[in-house]
Amino acid sequence: MNDQTIPPAAERAAALQGLGSSRKRVEDARFTQGKGNYVDDIKLPGMLFGDFARSSHGHARIKSINKEAALAVPGVIAVLTAEDLKPLNLHYMPTLAGDVQAVLADEKVLFQNQEIAFVVAEDRYAAADGVELIEVEYEELPALVDPFKAMDDDAPLLREDIKDKMDGAHGPRKHYNHIFYWEEGDKEGTDKALAESDVVVEELITYPRCHPSPIETCGCVASMDKINGKLTIWGTFQAPHAVRTVASLITNIAEHNIRIVSPDIGGGFGNKVGVYPGYICAAVASIVTGVPVKWIEDKIENLTATAFARDYHMTGKIGATKDGKITALSCNVLADHGAFDACADPTQFPAGFFSICTGSYDIPVAHCGVDGVYTNKAPGGVAYRCSFRVTEAAYMIERMIDILARKMDMDPAELRMKNFIKKEQFPYTSALGWEYDSGDYHTAMEKAMETVGYKALRAEQVENRAAFARGETRALMGVGVAFFTEIVGAGPVKNCDILGLGMFDSCEIRIHPTGSAIARVGTISQGQGHATTFPQILASEIGLPAEDITVEEGDTDTAPYGLGTYGSRTTPVAGAAAAMAGRKIRAKAQMIAAYLLEVHDGDLEWDVDRFQVKGNPEKFKTMKELAFAAYSQAIPGIEPGLEAVSYYDPPNMTYPFGAYICVVDVDVDTGVVDVRRFYALDDCGTRINPMIIEGQVHGGLTEALAIAMGQEISYDAMGNVKGGSLMDYYLPTAVETPVWETDHTVTPSPHHPIGAKGVGESPNVGGVPAFSNAVNDAFAHLGLTHTQMPHDHWRVWQTAQRLGVTG
Amino acid sequence: MIPGSFDYHRPASLDAAISLLASLGEEARVVAGGHSLIPMMKLRMAVPEHLIDLQDIDDLKGIAINAGTITIGAMTTQAELIASAELESACPIIKETALLIADPQVRNVGTIGGNVANGDPGNDMPALMQALDAQYVLQGSGGSREVSARDFYEAAYFTAIEDGEILTAVRFATPAAGHGYAYFKQKRKIGDYATAAAAVILTIDGGTCSSASIALTNVGDTPLFAQAAGEALIGSSLDQGAVAAAVEAAKAITDPVADGRGPAGFRTHIAGVMVGRAIACAAERAN
Amino acid sequence: MSKINVRMTVNGTEVEKSAEPRTLLIHFLREELNLTGPHIGCDTSHCGACTVDLNGKSVKSCTIFVGQADGAEITTIEGISGADGTLHALQVAFKDNHALQCGFCTPGMITRGYRLLQENPNPTDDEIRHGISGNLCRCTGYQNIVKAIRIAAEQLNTAEEAAE
Repeated sequence: MNDQTIPPAAERAAALQGLGSSRKRVEDARFTQGKGNYVDDIKLPGMLFGDFARSSHGHARIKSINKEAALAVPGVIAVLTAEDLKPLNLHYMPTLAGDVQAVLADEKVLFQNQEIAFVVAEDRYAAADGVELIEVEYEELPALVDPFKAMDDDAPLLREDIKDKMDGAHGPRKHYNHIFYWEEGDKEGTDKALAESDVVVEELITYPRCHPSPIETCGCVASMDKINGKLTIWGTFQAPHAVRTVASLITNIAEHNIRIVSPDIGGGFGNKVGVYPGYICAAVASIVTGVPVKWIEDKIENLTATAFARDYHMTGKIGATKDGKITALSCNVLADHGAFDACADPTQFPAGFFSICTGSYDIPVAHCGVDGVYTNKAPGGVAYRCSFRVTEAAYMIERMIDILARKMDMDPAELRMKNFIKKEQFPYTSALGWEYDSGDYHTAMEKAMETVGYKALRAEQVENRAAFARGETRALMGVGVAFFTEIVGAGPVKNCDILGLGMFDSCEIRIHPTGSAIARVGTISQGQGHATTFPQILASEIGLPAEDITVEEGDTDTAPYGLGTYGSRTTPVAGAAAAMAGRKIRAKAQMIAAYLLEVHDGDLEWDVDRFQVKGNPEKFKTMKELAFAAYSQAIPGIEPGLEAVSYYDPPNMTYPFGAYICVVDVDVDTGVVDVRRFYALDDCGTRINPMIIEGQVHGGLTEALAIAMGQEISYDAMGNVKGGSLMDYYLPTAVETPVWETDHTVTPSPHHPIGAKGVGESPNVGGVPAFSNAVNDAFAHLGLTHTQMPHDHWRVWQTAQRLGVTG
Repeated sequence: MIPGSFDYHRPASLDAAISLLASLGEEARVVAGGHSLIPMMKLRMAVPEHLIDLQDIDDLKGIAINAGTITIGAMTTQAELIASAELESACPIIKETALLIADPQVRNVGTIGGNVANGDPGNDMPALMQALDAQYVLQGSGGSREVSARDFYEAAYFTAIEDGEILTAVRFATPAAGHGYAYFKQKRKIGDYATAAAAVILTIDGGTCSSASIALTNVGDTPLFAQAAGEALIGSSLDQGAVAAAVEAAKAITDPVADGRGPAGFRTHIAGVMVGRAIACAAERAN
Repeated sequence: MSKINVRMTVNGTEVEKSAEPRTLLIHFLREELNLTGPHIGCDTSHCGACTVDLNGKSVKSCTIFVGQADGAEITTIEGISGADGTLHALQVAFKDNHALQCGFCTPGMITRGYRLLQENPNPTDDEIRHGISGNLCRCTGYQNIVKAIRIAAEQLNTAEEAAE
């Protein structure tokens, strides 16, 4: 029989290391010993290496491509150009946004570093030698760089391939360089409310083009097994199942004959969601040569040719009553998508969830409209550590709120408090149609202000400004407040799909006879610690210790179908699937327990790791015992084994939120901004692993710092990309990165099985406006309304100079 | 990023290196730490057919401080400059400058010879050598000669070094005891070249500046010795007027390019700020 | 261009191979010796993912030709733990303090920390930050890396005192 002394429930729960435990990561053993398995670590017999010859121009007609010299290089096996791909109908590939993208430039190049030829060689040295010798003759064409000129009458025509196709994937196109117009909300009502408002502010807020730039670049190894007819591609894929389906559709290889594997991924941040020409070319080269082909881009290629982020030019207009109650918001966006629309958004949302732009505020009426245009820049438009276009929206509204506060001479925190959606209003439907699941904004904001000593900071700022005026200091203090609401966890299949694939996710669990388990999920970690946290969810659901549960993901032959990891969707969607699958396990275990304990299943109750007879806790069966019974006993009416699968279609998104406060000191003579303090309070609902949450916040804030203070992929008038290597592209080191202070409140999601909301991207979404507001705030008393990001030394100094304080 | 092919040579003596350089001609390049040359080779902006690695040549290594002269072998790494207590005591601005170059790993291989010889206007040591009035020792098959750092730089990547010559050492007079010094560098992040940087070395005698030399980094296609800026300080009490005159004189000789660090006007402005701050810091340190 | 013969001691084992002179040390380690712990990140000596220990100094192996390393003693992340498999204090501290996420920068970061703590056994947080400033991490924001190196330093010092 069972032991006489049963450990207390709390002790048993702690031993499981389930929800709320700062469990150490199981991934770390291999990573700390150099035993990770990233794509460039894969080495297969006979493997060849592919490398691209790329365009030196932003916009040019290709008059000829000469590959003879390249083919003569010892070790070079083949050179692919668009002409070679055309018979296979693979010279263009579908993008996630309903457009097509040239795999290899077809007659024209549309951005600098566009792929022109794929040189396949015995190793990467020979491939590089071949690339050097590809001769391309160009006829230069005028480059279109400024998105505001894209729809001019005399703008250069970029996309000759679709010039007559004026019905785009998202409705009619207004101009040959136009991609889509998308809008949401009540335009007429908004215009009217703005016209009737006591105060109206309007500002062009630009979120510059930047790049997620994980340390590991994109790459793959494609291997066509001609004997078995099976194509396997290992690669840096944030969405391996979607890649398999796309690969099947464009190659006509049956989906069961394609296996996509995401090995360890060295950071993604959105960069690894898309499908890139390198993947297609490696696959074609492997099919042609019959041996595996590896393609790994270098950092310059990564920064200049694979998916960029942002590039949103947002004109916000916000109205308020004279006592500071917001009356209406409108926002018109010009979105620069580059040469092909390879934006990664759910199909029905060509501007992502930009309509979350009413933010954390109870705004009665709103309207937003987004025009997407083509330019001679790299394609992309991915969510760089944020849900689709949410960081753009959050940046716009949080800057606009500060601008309004300045105009009204109100404290920006006070103006926010005055307009927050109140706790009792949740679930709250925004003017643009989103149903916010839960929130308690006032509590979070008050906690943040109290912790940082907000009033004292403002008092210090008054002193600083006086001292500055007296000439006693050359540094201006700025306090940045940002309060963001994210919309993550895409998403409900009824309105969220990518290429028609519903954005559900999945979990499959097998309990082994001895009471350990394997769980497989449709997502893929790029550092988020899935192998650590999924077992925690399951441990709390099924009562087996987290350490006895293995997680596998990223192999489409074994993992259940899912849409991958980006947009903070893993916890809200796959995390929910895991909890639901766990509940199915428990339901079956309950039937087994009832049989073994000879009671009705309704007479049993779950207690941490066991079913016990109600009112008689001495009589119980642990999950471990039940697992063994499932495999060892013939139980009438119950199939042997203990497995479950859940495909979870979330009923709604989740809405994490947070209050961030940043204090900076700006040296007006050099433009150097010193981040003195940064406090981040996050509410991501139920917290699965506080240690991992804190790590995610640290990392996201560091990315936000980078974006706000320096990241920019810019182009000159000829379409030459500037700053496309780590010499210029701003990735802060440990020296530029401040010490982060983290905090939290917990407002569970009411519709998520465990109440969790997702956190990975919040600090990027909230951090950028906090930094930017702080820099703007430093100059606010001098009359500054808005200064554009990035707040690098030059731009900050220029602002100081414009305001007449550079001496 | 894969470099082109080359033949690799590692001579054991300076004579052997010089004769190799003479026999291989202009397709040969010498390599010290390689952290300027190798990235250029990986971008195929440099495609030498022969690389002559100087690492085995003991004559090119070491720091000698004697009889009022400091001689530093060309193959001395930035890390070795930083680690030398004798050098820090005799001429502390070397360490201050070296610490602002790149990052620890790069400083472990980057050498003073490579930094001053390759002619990259972004490098920090050339301006410092100009401020110190250093001589560069150049050795070729015809023998050895010395060129002043202030005369060495002709344009970006063009220097007074002749084909077949190797820069073997830098040499300068030990700065006077009690001298003030400062190297101020504004950069976007660790590892970046300067938006602008300034080296200042001065002495103060009874409240009066008795000597001053100032040089600038990365605000022209060569390092810039700001002679007039230094002269503006000499004889002054380093009062506001003299410092302002020095700053203006320094700014007047700059001719930076616009780049990711900012437009030319901004970089000139920062050069002025760096000069002003370096003078103040040097004055503070002088005694 | 003729191949050259290179000999070096890598993680305590002597190796001898012929290689094209232009072979970068990182490729030699990864492709020829199958030591895939050190990674390639930026290729321009900024990110430090390729950091290895060469003759007792941290270096970026993406910017060193294999010939330059001829005769050298090299330690990679694979050689940091004890011969019996005992983890180095840094490896333990990185795990215990959540000092890594995607793991891609981790081998370079630990290899750099390994040398840093020999150069400066009692670093302040500021010295640690400068000491790892040649290694970029996009995931952690460095805070837990700094903490892990500090804690590893304390543990190594305590162990050393105990041994004395």
